[in-house]
Amino acid sequence: MDDRTPAIRVHGLQKSYQDVAVLRGVDLEVARGSIFALLGSNGAGKTTTVRILATLLKADGGTAVVNGFDVAAEPQRVRESISLTGQFAAVDEILTGRENLVMIARLRRVDDPAKIADDLLDRFGLTDAAGRRVGTYSGGMRRRLDIAMSLIGDPPIIFLDEPTTGLDPQGRLEVWKVIENLAGGGTTVLLTTQYLDEAEKLADRIAILHEGAIIVSGTLAELRRLLPPAKVEYVERQPTLEEIFLAIVGDKKGPR
Amino acid sequence: MSTHVLTDTNVMLGRSMRHITRSLDTIITVTIMPIAFLLLFRYVFGGAIQTGAGNYTNYLMPGVLLIAIASGISYTGFRLFNDLQGGIFERFNSMPIARSSVLWGHVLTSIVSNALSCAVIVLIGLLIGFRSSAGVLAWLAVIGILLLFTLALTWIAVLAGLSASSPDGASAFSYPIVFLPFISSAFVPTDTMPTPVRVFAENQPVTSIVNSIRALLDQQPVGHDIWIALAWCAGITVVAYALAMRAYHRKIS
Repeated sequence: MDDRTPAIRVHGLQKSYQDVAVLRGVDLEVARGSIFALLGSNGAGKTTTVRILATLLKADGGTAVVNGFDVAAEPQRVRESISLTGQFAAVDEILTGRENLVMIARLRRVDDPAKIADDLLDRFGLTDAAGRRVGTYSGGMRRRLDIAMSLIGDPPIIFLDEPTTGLDPQGRLEVWKVIENLAGGGTTVLLTTQYLDEAEKLADRIAILHEGAIIVSGTLAELRRLLPPAKVEYVERQPTLEEIFLAIVGDKKGPR
Repeated sequence: MSTHVLTDTNVMLGRSMRHITRSLDTIITVTIMPIAFLLLFRYVFGGAIQTGAGNYTNYLMPGVLLIAIASGISYTGFRLFNDLQGGIFERFNSMPIARSSVLWGHVLTSIVSNALSCAVIVLIGLLIGFRSSAGVLAWLAVIGILLLFTLALTWIAVLAGLSASSPDGASAFSYPIVFLPFISSAFVPTDTMPTPVRVFAENQPVTSIVNSIRALLDQQPVGHDIWIALAWCAGITVVAYALAMRAYHRKIS
């Protein structure tokens, strides 16, 4: 695959449930090896977008191309190119951490599943808990195992749907470190989040999804420029992404 | 692709078999409880029940096996429901695997685990006086009927697991099925039942299945019961499979 073609290209994506339009023409482009944050409130359409890109849901209109493959026409090739870490840790609670990893390694047909599992357990600091059932893990450990499972087979693109929702601050920091390491290794990461500081800290580019459409997209610096200087005390300090988000979305209820 | 289906299904089978061996609750319900029924009817009620046949352990064996299978499949529905809830179903479906293996793994697990619990129950039966003069062919026919019954109920369980909105719903559908053998010829002859009950008992699937298995094990002619039994199993399988596939395709859209 040509390195200059975007890892993900979405154009005019539409999806409705019954009469409710969840996506009203989403456009976005994610460069290879970058971290792209899709930012939005609950119900903005983040998960629907990710589910379409991960071939779990069919779009009503528009196109989505992942790693050069159209999600509707070549879903199996798309699945070979991606890994999804959904909103709820997709781990088997009755199996041990190691068994979870070995299971995914066998399904992905990689050589030596046991070694892959041990390497990942080590890399994610789960070696001590490897033989314990996942049901006994903390939220942060589960999420780390979940992401470790997503890395098996080295997919070039990883979707992380609200990877830190429900985690305590310690767990969040752990996951942030993992995501930064991923991108450092050349993996493309599409991250959805409702936490503005998360996008601010991790993402190379940020798109704000609001009521089913991308209303603004760019680097953090570009987004900062969007805020009319008269509305902030520019001299005092830079606006936080949170202020930008709330100003653009027009929602005054958000956390301060 | 076809080899993928086999290897992937094998991984799925190994996974949910572990779910069974690590769940004391499952083992108790699918094996210990039917054995308790076996002992209860053999040693408590058995003396007072007049079946007209000699060996009451032989008489009640088919019914106990059907109860074991009916309680076994409720866990199939429950396990499938948990997969859908927990997000692992979506993980599997977003992976480059044979998608059908996700469902077939559960179906195979149901068949293997029910076969195991039936084998244990037959062994216990042998210890407390169950005897059969049936030859290899008759035993194969019995195993075949039990497999068809398991398959039919498994697809009902898959349908329940796919469409339930709570874990209770994903397993509670099996209670009426577990109860069916009690209103059949499984433990007492139907002759002594009041007419409405007897009509129900004689025309529901369990009676024809129980009668067929009993006749086969006792080297008696199976008569037309076996065709009724096979028709029930095949009919339930076809309808439940069609409904389950519809529910499945709605889930994966």
